[in-house]
Amino acid sequence: MSTTDSFDLQPPRPAWGISLPTRKSRTTARPIRTAALPARVLLALETPGGTASPLVATGEQVLTGQPVARTLDGLELHASISGTVIGLLQHPVADGRGAPVTCLEIEGDGQDLAWPGLRPGDPHSARPEEVLADIASAGLLGLGGARFPTALKLMRVHGGRLLLLNGVECEPYISCDEMLMRERANDVVEGARIMLRASGLPRCIIAVKNSTVQVRVALRDALEAAGDPRLSLAQVTSRYPAGGERQLVEMITGEEVPAGGLPTDIGCICQNVATAAALASFYRTGRPLISRIITLTGGAFAEPVNVEARLGTPLAALLPEAGGLREAPVRWIMGGPMMGTRLTGPGLPVTAATNCVIAATAAELPAPAAEQPCIRCGACAEACPARLLPQELLVAGRTGDADLLDRLGLAECIECGACDYVCPSHIPLTEGFANARPLLEALLARREQARHARFRVEARSSRESRRIRQEQSALAERTRALEEHPDADALARLLARDRGS
Amino acid sequence: MLAGLLVLVGLSAVLGVLLTLLARRGGAGDDQDVDAVCALLPQIQCAQCGYPGCRPYAEAIVRELAPLNLCPPGGEQTTQALARLLDREVGATPTQGTFRPGTVARIDEAACIGCARCLPACPVDAIVGAPRFMHTVIAAECTGCQLCLPACPVDCISMEAQ
Ligand code: SF4
Ligand code: SF4
Ligand code: SF4
Ligand code: SF4
Ligand code: SF4
Repeated sequence: MSTTDSFDLQPPRPAWGISLPTRKSRTTARPIRTAALPARVLLALETPGGTASPLVATGEQVLTGQPVARTLDGLELHASISGTVIGLLQHPVADGRGAPVTCLEIEGDGQDLAWPGLRPGDPHSARPEEVLADIASAGLLGLGGARFPTALKLMRVHGGRLLLLNGVECEPYISCDEMLMRERANDVVEGARIMLRASGLPRCIIAVKNSTVQVRVALRDALEAAGDPRLSLAQVTSRYPAGGERQLVEMITGEEVPAGGLPTDIGCICQNVATAAALASFYRTGRPLISRIITLTGGAFAEPVNVEARLGTPLAALLPEAGGLREAPVRWIMGGPMMGTRLTGPGLPVTAATNCVIAATAAELPAPAAEQPCIRCGACAEACPARLLPQELLVAGRTGDADLLDRLGLAECIECGACDYVCPSHIPLTEGFANARPLLEALLARREQARHARFRVEARSSRESRRIRQEQSALAERTRALEEHPDADALARLLARDRGS
Repeated sequence: MLAGLLVLVGLSAVLGVLLTLLARRGGAGDDQDVDAVCALLPQIQCAQCGYPGCRPYAEAIVRELAPLNLCPPGGEQTTQALARLLDREVGATPTQGTFRPGTVARIDEAACIGCARCLPACPVDAIVGAPRFMHTVIAAECTGCQLCLPACPVDCISMEAQ
């Protein structure tokens, strides 16, 4: 191909956002490591697309890649190691929430025997419906952190125009997608082509940060090798949070996603680059989604690194991959330092959402400065990628005014923390929004209830008026029949006598 | 003479049609206003506003026959929201009545005699049952309006936390 630059799109730098130190180089110096086989796994059966019901019984022998649970939509979850099914239990997992979920426990036999049902396939000769069914049976979940079933998302677009592959890892520390794109660029590109096949979308843009040169080079080579004119590359600013789904869609398309809406509303769907690579690998090898790449980083690790770990592996079993702990971390974080959530400890099992685990030292987490009064400088509103007014939201949250929170658009807040970062008065704005969210949710639930009650009242009143109309016309019918009766006078006399007695 | 009569008849016919059209137009506008007002009411359908449900109250508000602060379940917030929507002043009268948010009706099934009198009382059809059979409340549909309480001759319905 002559000019590779012809498919390089460079959207303008947005007005919102902040520049952050990236702290990624610690983990991008080493190649992705394959983690040792875990002795036991806990597979989370709950997904945002529904809970999967087990297909295996306690005590049953399972093989690596064998389906062990299925949702109503046909999404299958697979044994990530071979061994014996121990049973179901409630256990918190590293999914960013920390609430206990239903898990299937498998004890490994250390052999990693592959299930004989795993076969490579050819997506480009299959019909789109067949590809969608394959994607569901491969157990593909969004690997960007949301774990939303990929097949359901691809099914949603009708007459859409763009598939957007998100490779913009804007949070500091996290580098799992960067390393994946460097080492498996061909899989990313092939995965994108399969997603186009499944969804019928005409075009795909792979978005990456303009600061990651090696990623760009690897992807360009892969794109040239594929020679598919529907695919192109876009370089976006390294500003945080450029990798937010809404933010990225708006930057690339130049169009706004409507408030309360989804990117599909403007004909666009977003997938993570790692999801695409997992899809390509499924067709190439037959292996479903049983592992993911996780960044293990933070000052407490001796050798921060990216590891590919089987789903369900307890985080504690991964620590040796990063050289073990140099010192006891003051905090465990899942995800990035900006939007990540605190982990109680390394006891939780890996899920498809576990993109990064930070074992932070005291030096990395300076104590927050004391909060001072708001000086109304407006810096928070300028930084906000959702164009909200953070300081007003905070007041509404502190006074508990759910109505005002709604009008100010709290639902659009992605809790990115950009407003906190820029606030000269060190006001913990985002923390306040997280606390205010239940208020808003209660309000929205009340509204939904009201809508439902109104529907039932209307149904009831139309039923009642129909009944009354029917009764009236039946009465009129009877009266007319009486009047037209040949012996109407005699009947009337009889009736009168009846009433009289 | 005849011509004059014809002109008059023609004129009245045209004006009549015009008036009907105008009236229709007004009616449709009214309907939209009622929808907008009704959307702000909490749809508990408890009749504590003195109207037989939220929509009738909404109609009365639109026709300026009722003040904005009669809905106890909605409380101050609903009154304010209505005032914003309609750009009307709210009188000083406080919102009246009592309503216990977060409660639903429950029938003591052992005590229910199956008289079915609670069925027509429920504005959202949240009660199921048939004459001479035990009745029960579908908690997910119940708005907590309490209208079924007085209907029951054996007082076997009580309000409980959701
Ligand atoms: S946390 Fe919410 S309000 Fe603050 S900058 Fe991010 S999106 Fe805006
Ligand atoms: S950045 Fe902080 S001080 Fe400035 S307006 Fe926002 S909340 Fe107030
Ligand atoms: S008082 Fe009851 S019926 Fe009247 S508007 Fe309020 S909720 Fe509806
Ligand atoms: S069951 Fe009773 S309290 Fe509940 S909605 Fe029906 S009438 Fe109201
Ligand atoms: S009114 Fe009371 S006794 Fe009669 S059916 Fe309803 S709950 Fe049962």
